[in-house]
Amino acid sequence: MQRNHNHPTIVTIEKVIDETPTVRTLVFSDDVMPNVLPGQFAMVWIPGVNELPMSIMISKESGKAAFTVRKHGPSSTGLFNVPVGGQIGIRGPYGNSFDIKEGKLLLVGGGTGLVPMMRLLTFVKPTDDITVLMGAKSKDEVFFEDLSNELLKNNPHQVIVSTDDGSYGEKGFVTDLVEKLVNDTHYDAVYVCGPEIMMYKTVQFANSRKIFVQASLERMMKCGVGICGSCCVGEDLVCKDGTVFDGEHLSKNSEFGHLHRNKAGILENY
Amino acid sequence: MEPSIATSIGQIQLDKPVMLASGILGISLDVFNRLYASGAGAVVTKSLSTAPWEGYPNPTIFSVKGGGWINAVGLSNPGASNFAKMIEPNQDVPIIVSLVGSVPEDFETMIKEFENCKIKAYELNLSCPHVAKVGLEVGDDPGLVKTIVSTVKKATNVPVIAKVGLGTSNYLNTVSNAVDSGIDAITAINTVRAMAINVETKRPILSNKFGGLSGTPIKPIALRCVYEISSKFDIPIIGCGGVSTWEDAVEFFLAGASAVQLGSAIGDNWVGVFDDINRGILEYMKKNNYSTIKDMVGLAKKS
Ligand SMILES: Cc1cc2nc3c(=O)[nH]c(=O)nc-3n(C[C@H](O)[C@H](O)[C@H](O)COP(=O)(O)OP(=O)(O)OC[C@H]3O[C@@H](n4cnc5c(N)ncnc54)[C@H](O)[C@@H]3O)c2cc1C
Ligand SMILES: Cc1cc2nc3c(=O)[nH]c(=O)nc-3n(C[C@H](O)[C@H](O)[C@H](O)COP(=O)(O)O)c2cc1C
Ligand code: FES
Repeated sequence: MQRNHNHPTIVTIEKVIDETPTVRTLVFSDDVMPNVLPGQFAMVWIPGVNELPMSIMISKESGKAAFTVRKHGPSSTGLFNVPVGGQIGIRGPYGNSFDIKEGKLLLVGGGTGLVPMMRLLTFVKPTDDITVLMGAKSKDEVFFEDLSNELLKNNPHQVIVSTDDGSYGEKGFVTDLVEKLVNDTHYDAVYVCGPEIMMYKTVQFANSRKIFVQASLERMMKCGVGICGSCCVGEDLVCKDGTVFDGEHLSKNSEFGHLHRNKAGILENY
Repeated sequence: MEPSIATSIGQIQLDKPVMLASGILGISLDVFNRLYASGAGAVVTKSLSTAPWEGYPNPTIFSVKGGGWINAVGLSNPGASNFAKMIEPNQDVPIIVSLVGSVPEDFETMIKEFENCKIKAYELNLSCPHVAKVGLEVGDDPGLVKTIVSTVKKATNVPVIAKVGLGTSNYLNTVSNAVDSGIDAITAINTVRAMAINVETKRPILSNKFGGLSGTPIKPIALRCVYEISSKFDIPIIGCGGVSTWEDAVEFFLAGASAVQLGSAIGDNWVGVFDDINRGILEYMKKNNYSTIKDMVGLAKKS
């Protein structure tokens, strides 16, 4: 029978990679998830724990995909702790994806927001000149730097790491570097995924210089299919209209960068 | 003359006969505006309670093979007061406010919150099948239905609709009690209590174990209920359950409904579904020489 993408498919974790003390990548085999577009996500059922939206991570081995999860609250910690041999349910893929432009591209990722960026890197042309900018709190929390360099080995590229405390790479916030980069260099496109303030500022800088920019948004998700309404940002539903939105569109959305909804749907400030 | 798809459900006048059902996409005024612009005749809000509710943990929704959904969102909502503030700026959108509570006082309290809001009607959720002490447990208690409906009718001049569903008692008794207490219209039906088990993990999938079945599988049941209610009572009816095409909507009109609501179809066809259905109804009316929706209502009972 043909697979119904809204129906949870049970997969078994085959490998666990510790990226940092708080971030792990869980690898599994599947027919669908290895081939999704950058920006798409899955709803991941951790039996007995919860179901969470997760960006779909690439794997070096064919026929395999992964999730890269940061342990945060009880749900993500539940996923973080799934051992090799453990079973999880996945449905999807859901959501739209980044428009892949050519030329000089700037990819900005913070924390697990780097996951869709890694997939985007697998879609670039060898002639594209790529800058990957990654932000982390400290040296311990830097991951995917080697992976980015490896994925870009045939491209003109640079991978810039910034840490908030300056313990590795550049010191400071990613957004300060974004401002500097878009002021100094012409980019054909900017892509961003990470904490919303970081996305908001990046979109603002790019918009003010009329550079094509797209951000992949995160919101509370319950259904993933556009029924429950929990993921709305203004009039947009992140699971159905997004996760990827154009900077120009976002500049007209009064909630982006300012407000999000909690589990009861009450608007809260960022 | 071009037929009109405008309709009235008792005192409630709508330009278009297909509404958004309660609980679907319903927590932002911006989203309501968008759905209204997409062709929804009215939007029903999520069922609101006196205090904010977080609802159940995920998984809260499950897609049934062959069509339909089972959900146990657990009536998560920001609470009546927060919600009323959000919709206060509304001018254009026909909003129907859905309320859920356990005692008459809950409803009185919530209605006070909406005094400054421009709304079309209240819909009392007497039929949620997966939250204790509210919904079906209220609908199944005939005394409570009577006191809630008469309390709400006294507390507001806005039309009041009762939404009924299939509980442990005969839903026709709930309708009867609501009608006796002065209800203005009936919405039938809510989701039907159901569950799903995963064979590999050998567990119920929904965190709440049980949820409500919606979408195409319940359409024949909902249609039967609308037909039964319209045969036994002289009360305007809104058909709800499994509407996803114009044919479904027309079936409900023929069974006795003056309007329909839909929810699950949005998960399959997204927001374009409203205009698609409106257009189909209009074409059908032209073909059959009907000038208003009323010309169709209840026709199936005459044949
Ligand atoms: C499109 C998308 C992609 C994501 N990709 C990743 C990723 O690749 N890696 C990663 O580590 N994180 C990702 N997240 C964030 C992740 O879904 C969780 O929000 C995050 O892990 C925090 O979970 P928690 O442990 O704090 O939840 P808890 O503290 O356990 O929170 C409790 C409750 O909050 C709910 N909850 C919290 N956040 C969300 C949410 N965003 N959506 C639905 N329910 C939520 C849980 O379901 C649970 O009911 C993504 C989120 C979205 C929307
Ligand atoms: C995710 C979801 C949430 C719902 N929440 C509510 C609710 O808050 N109040 C209510 O009266 N009905 C609620 N319902 C029931 C719907 O309003 C509707 O009665 C039911 O889904 C049948 O219509 P459909 O087949 O068109 O979806 C919900 C249904 C779904 C799928
Ligand atoms: S997660 Fe339910 S509408 Fe987006």
